[in-house]
Amino acid sequence: MFSKGTKRKFSDGDEEISDESLVGARVASSYSLQRQSLLDMSLIKLQLCHMLVEPNLCRSVLIANTVRQIQEEMTHDGSWHMVTEAFCGPGQSPSERLVATEVLCRSREQDAEPKLFSVISYEGCREEEVVADETLCSVSVSDTVSNVCLAGRVGQCWEKSELSGVERDEEALEDSRLGSGEDEEIDTEDGASTESPKTTGQVFGTFEIKNGSPGPDSALEELFSDVDTSYYDLDTMLTGMQSAPKMGPYDLLDSLAPSHSSPSIVSTPTCRSDLNELDHIMEIIVGS
Amino acid sequence: MAGAGGGGNDVQWCFSQVKGAIDDDVAEADIISTVEFNHSGELLATGDKGGRVVIFQQETENKSQPQCRSEYNVYSTFQSHEPEFDYLKSLEIEEKINKIRWLPQKNAAQFLLSTNDKTIKLWKISERDKRPEGYNLKEEDGRYRDAATITTLRVPVFRPMDLMVEASPRRVFVNGHTYHINSISVNSDNETYLSADDLRINLWHLEITDRSFNVVDIKPANMEELTEVITAAEFHPHQCNTFVYSSSKGTIRLCDMRASALCDKHSKLFEEPEDPSNRSFFSEIISSISDVKFSHNGRYMMTRDYLSVKIWDLNMENRPVETYQVHEYLRSKLCSLYENDCIFDKFECCWNGNDSVVMTGSYNNFFRMLDRSQRRDVTLEASRESCKARQVLKPRRVCAGGKRKKDEISVDSLDFNKKILHTAWHPQENIIAVATTNNLYIFQEKVN
Repeated sequence: MFSKGTKRKFSDGDEEISDESLVGARVASSYSLQRQSLLDMSLIKLQLCHMLVEPNLCRSVLIANTVRQIQEEMTHDGSWHMVTEAFCGPGQSPSERLVATEVLCRSREQDAEPKLFSVISYEGCREEEVVADETLCSVSVSDTVSNVCLAGRVGQCWEKSELSGVERDEEALEDSRLGSGEDEEIDTEDGASTESPKTTGQVFGTFEIKNGSPGPDSALEELFSDVDTSYYDLDTMLTGMQSAPKMGPYDLLDSLAPSHSSPSIVSTPTCRSDLNELDHIMEIIVGS
Repeated sequence: MAGAGGGGNDVQWCFSQVKGAIDDDVAEADIISTVEFNHSGELLATGDKGGRVVIFQQETENKSQPQCRSEYNVYSTFQSHEPEFDYLKSLEIEEKINKIRWLPQKNAAQFLLSTNDKTIKLWKISERDKRPEGYNLKEEDGRYRDAATITTLRVPVFRPMDLMVEASPRRVFVNGHTYHINSISVNSDNETYLSADDLRINLWHLEITDRSFNVVDIKPANMEELTEVITAAEFHPHQCNTFVYSSSKGTIRLCDMRASALCDKHSKLFEEPEDPSNRSFFSEIISSISDVKFSHNGRYMMTRDYLSVKIWDLNMENRPVETYQVHEYLRSKLCSLYENDCIFDKFECCWNGNDSVVMTGSYNNFFRMLDRSQRRDVTLEASRESCKARQVLKPRRVCAGGKRKKDEISVDSLDFNKKILHTAWHPQENIIAVATTNNLYIFQEKVN
């Protein structure tokens, strides 16, 4: 069903050339759709692990490998470039574009080309709670962009990177989380037009990064008031916390709030730069 | 064929017994998670999700009436593992019994190892059929007698009593594993055993509980680079220095403990090259090996992946000598099976006593017998409908597509919630134990 790379040839020679290419394109896009839905499904599976009991490492590894495989294929197909292009919308400065790429392609070297990376970090993932939205469960019409970016976000935003500050428009994110309708709205609005707003909308519609409103303390308290943070900890999910000391809610607070950044938590700056970027892109979708 | 363990189409299997509740409502704790005959076949142990072990004993056959089949009756039931809570990680540790392995019998008592995700326990099962009577200082009920009333002395004697089977934990092997234990295997030296989790394999001595040797460690320095886990491991039945472990990428590594203390470097690597025509996004997942078992004679090993059973000659690493399709009709359904997580089901497999037939489970309460010598296979079903005493099991057929013949069942009608993951074959006779979700079926060879 998902055999790699083979496109059916339209064998009937009487058909018009245009029809052939149309059918070919349709087949190719249906394959892309299937691949996309598989990617979506895989990412959901990775997220929705039961947290009371340690997750099955074998299953997680197999799903992550599948995601990686899809990403590799997307790279070879050239779909990967669409990802980076999507972020180069009008009004985005080149530096922001670079940042976006960097988010996706987090590697140790700063000047690395977009290359594959481990989508899912099994260890050292911390801080943000990630909530899967219902809309992800349906087959996404828009293509590879959103979810490759998504995958990158999931994995690599936990890694080290620069932060510039959290003075963002949190409400936008909060709203998108609360109202799944809004996501759909975004989708339908941009349905016919360019891909980037829709796809990035999906990114954030599906996996919102919960960050508080401008004031760290009150926002963070509100943030964690009713949620058991251990449930959504990516690290816990994938490894069952094998070596890193488990970060409880207070550790999460520490890492998010600039004033409380503890030197031992290296990735404190990471999240904030990502959030920063997130907000910026969110603004583009929602505001502009 | 006399009970040497031949099977396949020569043997007709008939229903013998079924154990477990009849309701369709399955209590989670009753889900059977492992089944194992002991070395003589007299005892059959099952472990369940609730952490209990139930041992059945075969009644001694009535020689004068050969048609009277020997039955398995409950011998002992005990709570092996309790649910635990890991306070450091704030996670529960399930009490589900992942594996049971019997030790060869050395004296009157029986010993078995049972394990959950983290802790292995050695249990001693012993019988008591006599008790001392006639104490001088105690009454029969245990109360102490008033010393002043004792006027004579007598010698206490053992008197027969109703048979009592006691299970007591003799060793508890804790803190050996960070990840979930998936296999245990007793060595042929009868002194050591191995336990394997997702990333490590440890060697234990049966007498020593506070220490174990790590013999295999595939944990990468950076967990982000993790792409492969250990799925099963087993000691060679005769060579105490040899063991194998299988991986989620479909490879089996044979290790020789004489070569080095840490067996990260394998002695042999068994891997079949992938068939490019069957390649899909699910190729890796379905190649993941869920079980590996040595043959009784130690020359072959069998591996079970999602769709097939492969027999490997230990002397040939580049491909299996035999491959059997278990349920090839599922290949076109892999996406749905991925969606409902069935693709991650871990089926086990087993050999018969003389290594001529292998058996493994499938969905819809079907199980498959694959006759190696005759190259024939049969699909049978464990269901309440064929539960009449000595009723012969009818072969079942699954229709992959096209017109469905009479008596065939179509792929879309299969019940994927009814899975047979655990099966066991008596080491000498043609008696098999097949576990459905919460029932244990015992089938025997039809004797004319």
